[in-house]
Amino acid sequence: MTTPALTVHPLRDSATMLRRNLKRMQRYPSMTATLILMPVVFLLLFVYVLGGTLGAGLGGGRAEYANYVAPAIILMTVMSTVQGTAISIAMDMTEGIIARFRTMHIARVSVLTGHVLGSILQAMFAVAIVTGVALLVGFRPHADLLGWLATAGFLVAVALAFVWLCVALGLAAKTVETASNTPMPLVLLPFLGSGFVPTDSMPAGLRWFAEYQPFTPIIETLRGLLMAEPVGNKPWIALAWCAAIALGGYLWSKRLYNR
Amino acid sequence: MTIAVTGLRKSFGDQVVLDGIDLSVPAGTVFSLLGANGAGKTTTVKILSTLLGADAGDARVAGHDLAREPDAVRAAIGVTGQFSAVDKLLTGAENLRLMADLHHLGKSAGRRRVAELLDQFDLAEAAGKPVSSYSGGMTRRLDLAMTLVGSPEVIFLDEPTTGLDPRGRRDMWQIVRDLVAGGVTIFLTTQYLDEADELADRIAVLDHGRVVAEGTAEELKRRIPGGHVRLRFAGEQDRDAALGILGEASRDNDALVLRVPSDGSLGALKTLIDRLDDRSVAVDELSLHTPDLDDVFLALTGRPTDEKVTR
Repeated sequence: MTTPALTVHPLRDSATMLRRNLKRMQRYPSMTATLILMPVVFLLLFVYVLGGTLGAGLGGGRAEYANYVAPAIILMTVMSTVQGTAISIAMDMTEGIIARFRTMHIARVSVLTGHVLGSILQAMFAVAIVTGVALLVGFRPHADLLGWLATAGFLVAVALAFVWLCVALGLAAKTVETASNTPMPLVLLPFLGSGFVPTDSMPAGLRWFAEYQPFTPIIETLRGLLMAEPVGNKPWIALAWCAAIALGGYLWSKRLYNR
Repeated sequence: MTIAVTGLRKSFGDQVVLDGIDLSVPAGTVFSLLGANGAGKTTTVKILSTLLGADAGDARVAGHDLAREPDAVRAAIGVTGQFSAVDKLLTGAENLRLMADLHHLGKSAGRRRVAELLDQFDLAEAAGKPVSSYSGGMTRRLDLAMTLVGSPEVIFLDEPTTGLDPRGRRDMWQIVRDLVAGGVTIFLTTQYLDEADELADRIAVLDHGRVVAEGTAEELKRRIPGGHVRLRFAGEQDRDAALGILGEASRDNDALVLRVPSDGSLGALKTLIDRLDDRSVAVDELSLHTPDLDDVFLALTGRPTDEKVTR
């Protein structure tokens, strides 16, 4: 008997798995709706409830604050979506079909890359909606077309990094409940940075943390790109963080999936 | 041998699940691993289908070493486990399409195969409905149909009829027979004795991680005491004459019936008939009683079947 050629098709299999995940999202739209709702609520809260006072602190008013906070809310949208990835990965792992995939001769990683690609598309969809709402409540970005494209590209990089981290968190979680809790810091960390107020108003210890944590350069880059302000070396620091998180998350996920 | 296993061992912590089992399954046959819950059936299937590594032992499936060429094994096998391996959010057709795409069947060949399987498994009508709305039997049929998309050489069926109603079981049995007729090798686990009896060419009885007996259903039954020949006589005279000739015979509840212990082989029957014939004892009716697999299970594992095995 001749052995058939055992080639794997990672791209083709990933595309197949992506189609599976997109269909699952369509069948379960309440998940996507929940993920979008949270940043929208935060946006309305910060602009209308807190925006007047916080804007005064920035030397302006509600309009100035809407411009300040919108990039942080957009980032929060990405984090909210990838948190959903951890949940859907954990849910998927409880399904018998994953055992079937493991006994099939397919590119093993495609089960995960399908989720990753699906989540990035879901995140971009959510970002588009949240950005639309932000524009409605007074967000006035100054970015030109190139700035918008750079923003989109940058957000994809951020989503890619954190989605791999969340895939690992979802795989590591023993229950679906755990998977919905462990990524929580990702939603809260922008608060401990320059997301909602400038870091110089914070006490020394917190300010030190805020300046060196990954979300601060990410938010500063986003804000710079959207408001067409100089960004200095912030994008490079942010992208370095993203690369490190993506690689760490990918390797961790791969190890967990193959165990 | 399509499946050849020697000295397979697996423990989870202190608990020994497989204590050195040997199995061999010729191509194109149905092999059944029979055992109670916890005997190690599912662990065996998980190891042979590359889901789990063994602690020791050698195994070859479809000509490939399990430990060294797991991908080649995966390319040759199909697995339908105890728990449904379907995507409940997708429709039946979408599930099959997913399998066709993962087997790289191509657009038109994939569509043809999906339509063919939907038809064969009586799922065409429900093809567009989400699997979450399917009955247990439909889900099981879809599950098996998904396993067949890639036309595997070897199919592992882990308790394929557990939880199905009688009709669903009979449908599943017919599907298995059709598959074997098509040349596929089937490795089936079951806790139902009648299922192994019905389908399997060879049966291995698994108990506490060991194979305690192996053979055809007939061979297993013959190994077990309890087989007898039942003789009915026209009158008491013949009965008493027979009782005199056949010392080992015993009376039955029925006054005109005698039970003669026998292994049921042709030779033993011929001897018995000759002895009665020599003395011109008239026998009204003769029937042969071989022990069923329940007796086998009891004799081999020392436990009555109803305690550990469901009928």
